[in-house]
Amino acid sequence: MMQNEYVPFFSEVKEVIRHTDIEYTFRMAYEGDVKPGQFFEVSLPKYGEAPISVSGIDEGSIDLTIRKVGKVTDEIFEHYEGDRLFLRGPYGNGFDVDTYKGKELVVVAGGTGLSPVRGVVDYFAAHPQEVKSMTLIAGFKSATDILFKKDLQRWRKVMNVILTVDSGEETKDCKVGLVTEFIPGLELSDVSKAAAVVVGPPVMMKFAAGALLKRGFAEENIWISHERKMCCGIGKCGHCKVDDTYICLDGPVFNFTKGIRLVD
Amino acid sequence: MGYYLKEREADRFLKELSADYELYAPVKMKDDGMFSDTDTVRYGKIAKASDIVFDEKSDYSFKEVLLPLSETLFFFTENQMKEADGRKKGAVIFLRSCDLHAVKRLDEIYLKNGYEDYYYKRIRENVKFVLMGCKSCFEDCFCVDMGTASADFYGLSMEPKDGGYQLDNKYAEWDGILEELCQEKLPVTPSTVTETKVRVTIPENLTLDVAKSGMWDEYDGRCINCGRCNFACPTCTCFTMQDIFYTDNGKVGERRRVAASCMVDGYTDVAGGGSYRKKNGERMRFKVLHKIYDYNKRFGYHMCVGCGRCDRICPEYISFSGCIGKLEEAQKEVENHDAE
Repeated sequence: MMQNEYVPFFSEVKEVIRHTDIEYTFRMAYEGDVKPGQFFEVSLPKYGEAPISVSGIDEGSIDLTIRKVGKVTDEIFEHYEGDRLFLRGPYGNGFDVDTYKGKELVVVAGGTGLSPVRGVVDYFAAHPQEVKSMTLIAGFKSATDILFKKDLQRWRKVMNVILTVDSGEETKDCKVGLVTEFIPGLELSDVSKAAAVVVGPPVMMKFAAGALLKRGFAEENIWISHERKMCCGIGKCGHCKVDDTYICLDGPVFNFTKGIRLVD
Repeated sequence: MGYYLKEREADRFLKELSADYELYAPVKMKDDGMFSDTDTVRYGKIAKASDIVFDEKSDYSFKEVLLPLSETLFFFTENQMKEADGRKKGAVIFLRSCDLHAVKRLDEIYLKNGYEDYYYKRIRENVKFVLMGCKSCFEDCFCVDMGTASADFYGLSMEPKDGGYQLDNKYAEWDGILEELCQEKLPVTPSTVTETKVRVTIPENLTLDVAKSGMWDEYDGRCINCGRCNFACPTCTCFTMQDIFYTDNGKVGERRRVAASCMVDGYTDVAGGGSYRKKNGERMRFKVLHKIYDYNKRFGYHMCVGCGRCDRICPEYISFSGCIGKLEEAQKEVENHDAE
């Protein structure tokens, strides 16, 4: 009998990390291959399913950073204590860290956009010798919206981390301004060969990619990750289709040369 | 093998089939039409040959047999999930050539594009198709231009002739009963139309830039995003997940998938308030280009089969074939604009 992809499996909530009032990371029991940037359909029966990207991968567990912004996620925040969630996946292509090895890598993340790339950043934080250089520009709305604070501290030791907030007070570790403002000043030995990953809200991705191109990055060296409504995650429901591309099957990670030309 | 069956024998044949299959065909539903005192032709179960409407086009397609408008996937309690049972019987579907071509589109999405769909496959494996030949085209058809006017990959064909029915059978397991019941064995070729009143030409030089044309603005005002075109279309396959729970016991319920429309509000909504294609013109453009441009780019043939049901069902009299007719000018418009 063939696999029924639609029936989810139970996964135990092993730990909950509270970043902000509306953003928690759920560490879920999971055995199997997963890549950063892939996603799971997370569900609570009665309330429905939501596609959530993998924000961390460890032995026997995966992290799902969930923002409380909808019907399903509201409910997940109410009812997670010692509980289980339903999962199915992983779906989508995810990031391939091999692509960035030996390069000067710049990761630009906006808000929860840091979740799908956290696995990439973490990989190179653990294997700093595998990249020529590594810069993370992480932007949030304000100081209270900052995610993965502990990780950011840890990453600072092995890479250039530029943490910024749209508005608020400048501190030793946190600048004020949009992520795009820090792109022109990036110090790179050969920008034409440098690689960049940009993930965040659509407008932020557009302007950050524009700034990278202006700084001298080649289009084919920029990767982005898209977000769309997805009911199935397996190329059937149609909601995520853009032009001839199914974000769930062909993405959500795209090379800029393809990703930017998708017309909704 | 070709057969001629008189009415009574055709009914007996259908009765034999109904032992193993539910029989679905276009049937007349009295006073159920769009306007007062009009009838509609939709798919329903049939018991005898005279139930089948051969001389009109059905307003909705066969697809609801394979993709029910609302389909329960599984039931859940707090600790358990139980997959919904499949149908006990298979299905025999009577359909025209355009619709038989539409089956290929449904298969492409549900059996091939990425993953196999468990629920679709479960039904599909037990479906047999009977081609209803078309003696002449209907009002909105443009199947000839879409290359779907004939289909030689049918299992059985059937159409009325001289008070009885002529059939061409390729399902070996049905030859026995047909030989027994037939009045005569003869070569049968299903009727095929070779021209339609409505003509379309899809510009060969069409590019995605046509999305920038002003032609789509017209539909901002005309379209009321009711989604009927999607529900009538035999090739539209989108669905949305829906969880419901029972009022007697709120902890028990089921997950369903229900037919969705890219024309209707909410189709692209993501959590947190984001959405794409807010204008009806943009939605029209998305739908039209899917049917005659980007599906082809992905799979190598057009999605639209030219059945014209969307033209017939639209309450605002928006014509899909008319829209295709505007694409050539629109493509020129964007190319000239780019050249300036």
